[in-house]
Order: sequence, then C-alpha cells, then structure tokens
Amino acid sequence: MTAKQSSWLLSAAVFANNAVAEEMPLNLTKGVTEISRNVYDLHMIIFYICCVIGAVVFGIMFWSMLYHRKSKGVAPANFHESTKVEILWTAIPFVILIAMAFPATKTLIAMEDTSKADLTVQVTGSQWKWHYKYFDHELEYYSLLATTKDEIYDKREKSVNYLLEVDRPLVIPTGQKVRFLITSDDVIHSWWVPEFAIKKDANPGFINEAWTRVDVPGIYRGQCAELCGKDHGFMPVVVIAKEPAEFDKWVSEQVEIAKKAKEEEQKLLAMNMSFDELMAHGEKAYNANCAACHQPNGQGIPGVFPALKGSAIAIGDLGAHIDIVVNGKPGTAMQGYGKQLGLKDLAAIITYERNAWGNSTGDAVQAAEVIKYMSGQ
Amino acid sequence: MSTTENNAVDSNHHADDHHHGAPKGIKRWFLTTNHKDIGSMYLIFSLVMFFIGGAMAMVIRAELFQPGLQIVEPDFFNQMTTVHGLIMVFGAVMPAFVGLANWMVPMMIGAPDMALPRMNNWSFWILPFAFLILLSSLFMEGGGPNFGWTFYAPLSTTFSNDSTAFFVFSVHIMGISSIMGAINVIVTIVNLRAPGMTYMKMPLFVWTWLITAFLLIAVMPVLAGAVTMVLTDKYFATSFFDAAGGGDPVMFQHIFWFFGHPEVYIMILPAFGIVSQIVPTFSRKKLFGYSSMVYATASIALLSFVVWAHHMFTTGMPLAGELFFMYCTMLISVPTGVKVFNWVATMWRGALTFEVPMMFSIAFIVLFTIGGFSGLMLAITPVDFQYHDTYFVVAHFHYVLVTGAIFSIMAGAYYWLPKWTGHMFDIGLAKAHFWLSLISVNVLFFPMHFVGLAGMPRRIPDYATQFADFNAIISIGGFAFGLSQILFVVVVYKCIKGGDKVSDQVWEGAEGLEWEVASPAPYHTFSTPPEIK
Amino acid sequence: MENNSPKNNNKIVKKLVLTVALMFGFGFALVPLYDVFCDITGLNGKTSNTAAVTSDFVDTSRTITVEFIARTQGSLPWDFRPEVKRIEVHPGEMHELNFIVKNKSVNDMVVQAVPSVSPGIAAAYFNKIECFCFNRQPLEKGETADLGLQFYIDNALPEEYKIVTLSYTLFDISEKIEHDEFEQLFAGDTLSAP
Repeated sequence: MTAKQSSWLLSAAVFANNAVAEEMPLNLTKGVTEISRNVYDLHMIIFYICCVIGAVVFGIMFWSMLYHRKSKGVAPANFHESTKVEILWTAIPFVILIAMAFPATKTLIAMEDTSKADLTVQVTGSQWKWHYKYFDHELEYYSLLATTKDEIYDKREKSVNYLLEVDRPLVIPTGQKVRFLITSDDVIHSWWVPEFAIKKDANPGFINEAWTRVDVPGIYRGQCAELCGKDHGFMPVVVIAKEPAEFDKWVSEQVEIAKKAKEEEQKLLAMNMSFDELMAHGEKAYNANCAACHQPNGQGIPGVFPALKGSAIAIGDLGAHIDIVVNGKPGTAMQGYGKQLGLKDLAAIITYERNAWGNSTGDAVQAAEVIKYMSGQ
Repeated sequence: MSTTENNAVDSNHHADDHHHGAPKGIKRWFLTTNHKDIGSMYLIFSLVMFFIGGAMAMVIRAELFQPGLQIVEPDFFNQMTTVHGLIMVFGAVMPAFVGLANWMVPMMIGAPDMALPRMNNWSFWILPFAFLILLSSLFMEGGGPNFGWTFYAPLSTTFSNDSTAFFVFSVHIMGISSIMGAINVIVTIVNLRAPGMTYMKMPLFVWTWLITAFLLIAVMPVLAGAVTMVLTDKYFATSFFDAAGGGDPVMFQHIFWFFGHPEVYIMILPAFGIVSQIVPTFSRKKLFGYSSMVYATASIALLSFVVWAHHMFTTGMPLAGELFFMYCTMLISVPTGVKVFNWVATMWRGALTFEVPMMFSIAFIVLFTIGGFSGLMLAITPVDFQYHDTYFVVAHFHYVLVTGAIFSIMAGAYYWLPKWTGHMFDIGLAKAHFWLSLISVNVLFFPMHFVGLAGMPRRIPDYATQFADFNAIISIGGFAFGLSQILFVVVVYKCIKGGDKVSDQVWEGAEGLEWEVASPAPYHTFSTPPEIK
Repeated sequence: MENNSPKNNNKIVKKLVLTVALMFGFGFALVPLYDVFCDITGLNGKTSNTAAVTSDFVDTSRTITVEFIARTQGSLPWDFRPEVKRIEVHPGEMHELNFIVKNKSVNDMVVQAVPSVSPGIAAAYFNKIECFCFNRQPLEKGETADLGLQFYIDNALPEEYKIVTLSYTLFDISEKIEHDEFEQLFAGDTLSAP
C-alpha cells in the first residue's frame, strides 16, 4: 500500500487525473430503454414539484425573515390558528400526491410485467462476482472484476473504466425482451444497471425477476448495490447489447468455445505439466481468484480469512487440500472452485499454495488428480 | 409572570431546606437520581459518542477522498460504516434527546423530578457499557461488526465474524436503556403534570416526546427480537433467516424495518418538538396551529408503522405490496408538510430576531425540508429502483438526521444552555459554530445527491474515477464539519465555567414553566407544583 | 402531585412493561405471520410445503409455460438438473417430472431442496401433490438419483400469468442436522422436512 503521506500529496494530482475519465453526469441517466426513460420522466416531475413547493415555502419564510424582523420595529401579530388554512394546506399536498401516484403506478405495473420474454438469463450473485447462465443455450460463465490490484492500490494508473470493467460481460440482444432470473449463492446482492433502470436483489434460495428491452447497442455498466461483505465495491456488472444477428453469432461462437474448452480439459488429463509451469500459472490464477481473501502473501486476514502459509491444509494431506479448493467449505466464505475454474487452474493453484511462501511440500498436482474430487470416484 | 416567579423561588428555598443542593464528589454522578444530573450525563455521553462516531466518519471520508485504497482495507471500512451508523443512531442522537427530555420535561410540566428516578439512573448507567462492548469488538481478532448498521441476514449470520455476539448484546443493552427511558418519560408525563396542565396545554416538546416514548416501547422490543434471532441463527442452529432450514432472509428485512422506520421518527419527532419551542420564542408569537401540530405528530407516528417496506422495494415484492407501501409513504409527507407550514406561519408577521438557537432552527426547517423532498422522491417506487442504495439515499438520511435531528439538538442546547448554567454562552463563537457548520454540512451532503444520481452505490470503499472530484469535495466538507464541532465543545465548556449572568426568562419572547424558575435552574425545582392558569 | 403516588406509577409501569413484553413476543410472532402472509400474497414466491389434493377439472382453453431451474447453493458439489427445461400445461392438468441429481463429492451428504416461484403471486396457485422438497434428501457419495415432482397449476391462476418459473435450490444440510438423524436418513427412513 502507498504511504499515507503520498496519498495526500497525490490529492492535487487527482483533479488533473480525472480529465481523462468520463465526466460525471449531474442527473439521473435517461437510460436506453422505454422503462428507464419513463423512470427518468417520473424523477424529473417529482423533482420539479419539490422545487415549486420549496420555492413557495422558503420564499414565504425568507420574506418573513426579511420584513418581519424586530429590528424593523414591527409588532408581532396575534393570530395563531386558522382551521381554513390548515385544511387547505392538508388538501393541496394530498391532491398533488394523487396526481403523482398515477404515472408512478403505471410505470411500476409495466416494470413488473415479465411475460412474453424472448430470452431468459439466470443471474447469480456470489461473493464477489456475478454468474450468467443462458436458459436456452449451453452457455454459462462467471463475470469477474477486471481491474487489477495494482490499480486499486495506486501502483499503476487507473484505467478509464476503473472498477467498472469485467473479464466476461453479459451479452444480450437489442430490441428483444430479455428476462433476468436473479438469485444468489451466499449473501444478498443486488444486480443494478442504471441505464436499464433495473435494480433487483439477489436473495439466496429465492428467485427474483426483472426484464429489459434495450434500444441501442452499447456497453452498459453497473454495480452490486447491496452490501455483501468485504469486496462489495468490487463486483461490477457489465452488459453488452448487440444487434440480434450479431448476438446469435456470438452465442453460437461461445457455445463452440465452451465445448472446445471441455475437450481441451479431457486431453489435459492425460498430460503432466512441469512443476515450474504449474507454479508460474498457479501464481497468476491464485492472485486472480484467491488473493482477495487469503491475500497475495498467503497470510489471510486474522480472524476473518485463514492464512495458507504454513496452514494444516496447505502443507497437510493433499486430498483434503484438493477437496476444500474444489468443493469449498460449507457455511463459510470458502466457495467450491470446481464449479468456476478449469482443471488446469485448479491444479496450478493447489500446487502453488503447497509450494509458495515457504510452504515446501514439493507436490506437483496434476489435473487428473483434481478430477477425482470433482466426480467423487 | 410575577406570581409564578415567586412560586419558583419559594420552591427553591423549600428544596434547599431538605437537601442543601447537590451532593459532592464522584459518588454524586454514580448514585444520582436527580433528573438534571442524569440529563447532563446523557448529554455529555452523547457528545462523546458524537465525536467517536464522527471520527469514524472522518476515516470513511479520508478513504473516499480519492479513488483507490490508501488508508484502510475494505473490511475495516465496512466496520467503520457499520459502527459509525450504530453509534450515531443509538449513541449520539437518541441519548441526546433522552438527555434533553430528562432536563426539560419535568421543568416544562411543573414536576419535581422524573417519576421513576432510580430507574432513570440505571437506564443511563448501562449505556456506557453497551458502547464499551461495541467499541471493544473493533479490537478483537476478526474485527467488529462489518455488515452495516442494518445487519441484513445472512451477512450478519452465516457470513459474519465472531464478534457478532458482542454486537447483539450491546444492542440488547441499548434497547433496554431506551425502553426504561421511554417508560420513565411516559409515567412522568401522565402522572406528574402540575395541576391545570392539561394534555392540550403541554408544550410541544413534551407532546412529541410522549409520542416518541410510545414508539420506543412499541418497536425497541421488536429490534431486540430481531437481534435475538440473528444470535440464535448464528450460534444455535435456528433457521429464521436461512432458506435451507425453511427460513427467509427477506423476512429479516421486514422485521428489521418494522423497527427501523418508526426508529427514524423516534429520531425526528423530538426534533420537531424542540423547533416548535424555539420558533415561537424568537418570533414573539404563539405557535401557529398548536393542536394540528399535535395531531400531525400523532399521525406521523401511526403512519410510521405501515411504511416499513419502502426500504425494501428492490427485494422483489408483489406489485400490490409495492403500490401499498408507495402510497402510504407518500401520505406521510402530508402531516410532515403541515408541520413545516405551521412553523412558517408562526414566523409570518412575527417580530423576528436571530439568536443562535433560532439560526439553528431556521437551518433545520430549510434543510430538513430538503431531506423531506428527497424522501418524497424516494417514495416513488419506480424511481426508487434507481435511487436505492446509492449516495442519493445517503444524502437523504443525512439531511434528515444531521441537519434535522442534530441541528435541532444543537438548537435545543443553545436554547436551554443559559437556563442550565445561568450564563450566556459566547455568542460570537456560537455564531461561528453555526455558520461553519451550516456551510460545511452542505458541502458535505449536498454533492452526495449528484454522486448518487450519477450512480455511485453506498457502502463502497472505492469508486470509479468519474466520481473522484465530487468525493474530494464531499470529504473536504466532512473534515470541515467535523472540525467545526470542536467549537461547540469550546462554547459549552466556557458557558459552564462562566459568562454573563442571564435573567430567569433568558430570551425575551420565551414562555413556559422552565423560564419561570431561576437561572441556573436550582438542583430541585417545583417541589410544590406551580399553578397553571 | 397526588398523582405521583407509587401506586399510581406502578399501575402505568406494569402496563408499559407488559406492552414491551408483548411487542417482544410480536417480533417473534412476525415469523409465522410472515409465512401466513406469504401463503396469501405469494410474497417472495414461497410455495406451500405440504402436499395438495388433486384437481378434478382441466381448463384446456389456456396454456401456461412452466420453466424449471435447478441450482445448487454455494459450493455444494452436486449435479442437479430437471429432465426438461420447460413444459406447456393446462390449468388443472396433472404433470410429473424428474429432477436428476448426483452427489459428486467424496462424502455422503444430505440436502434440502428449497422451492421458489416467480412471479411470486403464482406460488399460491402452484399445487404440488408430491415433491422431493417435502423431504430431506440423502445421497451417498457418487450416487445418482431421480427426484420426483408431481404438480398442477390451479385453475384460479390469474389470466395475465403466462409463464411460471419454478426454481429449486439444493442446500447442504449435512452438518446442520444431528448425527443420529443423518445416520437414520441413510438407513432408509425418510424424515419429513421441518
């Protein structure tokens, strides 16, 4: 981490730095869907209503503050009750509210109508990434933050989409009704894309629905909106909207790639990777997937995330080690990575954990060993 | 005035005959059953908590000063936001109001003390232990609570750290303290009003506190239930909030906000009361629409029980539920509006002067109303999907709680400080405190509206670079606001130590029993009840 | 001041303390109340966890698409998928299908399936005659099983709902239940869900 002082010195540079970044809008986004535009209109109507009420009330008050001062020699009036006025200023806001309730209700009903969807995507939140699964295609993947630790810790310049970039964005077609079935694997998360005016909580064990129909192709960025633990600020949502034809092409490509990857893995089973190769690949994969909790130095965070350096698991029985990495530890933040990582990554990570930071078991773990624990044979 | 003044003086002498003033030494504070002593202790305690919670806010703002992680790690950042929230709500705002109630309610209704003085002593003295437990958990291995002051399950159950039990016990103790305080206030107001002090003659501060006390009695036990369920879910294998065992994590939110929304009004109704005392005094005119103020307060309190789910629009409620809670929430703005209109009508054609308490009250009216406007915006469900859990919400509730509740407490403190100490405070310093607070608090919270609308979620330790400029400004506002509060301590300290002697009435337009006793208020007041005409 | 007799105070204090106790109880009463509320409104898509009786009327004029989602929670190393992803049904018409499940771990495990229906309102009209979610499901390591579901959609389901999604999430409860219970489950006794 950079020293405290340097962060303060840097502060002057912050303003200059931001020139490259996107200018921050001062108002709610209009978004790219009919719903989001309705929401924007509602936002502006209620905002203007508040402005008018504010101008009237504060106007009267400031008038009074200017002209009804004791220093001007005024004598205080004596009135302190008027049923008529009271009724009036109860009734007027009431009428305004009713007028406001109509468009709000209409938009809300439209938002909740998830019928007749063209495409369904299952969205699953987990600490701290999103998982997308296309209901009618053999395609599913995790979407992880792509911003590097170095950028976060000020060791490298921050990219334009700092913290709002992922390795594999969700891709959806434009002009079609896309339905999202949202749920969670652990704690409550919330899937939010401002441009679609969608924010829905992902509740463990339950599914929530939302939908969108995007008009304009583009890249849309959002974030997890419900506090979900340590890296809540580091699980962005990125959605790419493509023309339907392009989308179809993309899907079939991806399905093909996924199939190939599976075949690759089968081949991998027959091969042995060298120790050095495993260590080199393992370090990368470890830092991408494990270091958020167990820390790059393997020392964890005392009381929260256990250390791996010198731990009974990492230098003890190999089987137990593979089992915990592949299948996780129920009831804790330790997820099973068998679901999300390939065999090569898993084998490399386990090798790395058993031989880094002074752990010196000398084990070189191969894909074939890992798969034993995935199939339960 | 003259007849009652004699009366008050008489009662002084009467009291002195028996008690010879306050006992001396440290024992006085541990064993005291005097409402003024206990009130002072509550106020000092809340001031200390205000600074501890404020220091955490400074840590938060320092980390958010620029993008990237510089000062604290995300897990500690979460502990800071959590404990900042808990301390400010349960340690600063609520005890400050209880302190003001202790001091002022008996004096306003012509009672010699609170009805249950010994319970009063206990309800204060368990409070420091609650916060010691909470704060000590920050130094435990694994750290303190890091799941937000709303402690949503399962983040606070299956996925929380080992200090959760300490969090639960400290919330239990805070709850017991609040409940005892509330019982005391109710019994005092119901039983100890001076002859002739009918309910509809009670000062508005007393009224709002009576209603607040009932709210406390109704919802603090529900909070106790919620934390108990969290405790058993985490340590005793129950499944209230665990889907695997037939529970539902969303149910936690329903139970929590069933407490949480009335809690919001617990923190603002006494503020309404204070402002309703101050505005007439410096307008030299009776409060406009006294009875409608009482009814508005009561209806806000009642409505607060049927709006809780507006905190949960994104959890996936059925449409009918969303509509119901949207309409009810919008409805709350009607009685709240009535209050603001009444204050403005009270000022209208008065003879205004702008002493420090009045300055804080006027700032309260304007800024609380801004918080009310953003509240109304948040009530509109479809738009709430965009605002929810962003800095727009953070701006909203800080306008309501800082420039609302805390400004009213400052106003009340400046208003009654001369009565408590017998000295006028340093007006120049107090004005400096006001203007610095007013400017910095707006630099602090106003830009948050924009940051929220632009899409920055709350409770994140790091953010996208486009939010950087605004966050830097917000942080500067935050540091300035934090530093400005040191002035308040100086003013209070100087005022206790000395200053110009004040008359019994203190403020020219002040009316009410508390202004008819001597300044400083003697250790025992109204040992014989005053006559109310 | 005659009001301030201890007797008078005690009366109010008693009432208030009673209120506090009642409200504490109410906090817990919210748990069953919430379930009742969910049953009526379909809040959160909780379906009933008791068997329904069969329907005797089939409304062939309407067709409803039922989609199935099968998930495993967190790190549970099980395969879990429905035989078919979606079927078309008429209200009142009985349907049966299997969910295929495999315990891929190296341990014997017990899971509980938690159903959730979206849109939530439809949960109240989703009648299950038989469901594996009524019971805890034990599976030995490496074992595969077919879990049966028998259901129909109630005729009263409002017209506007054309698609109903039923999701099952498997939760690992091996470590949450007593050791004896665990053994019993594998000995062949089926226990009903809590």
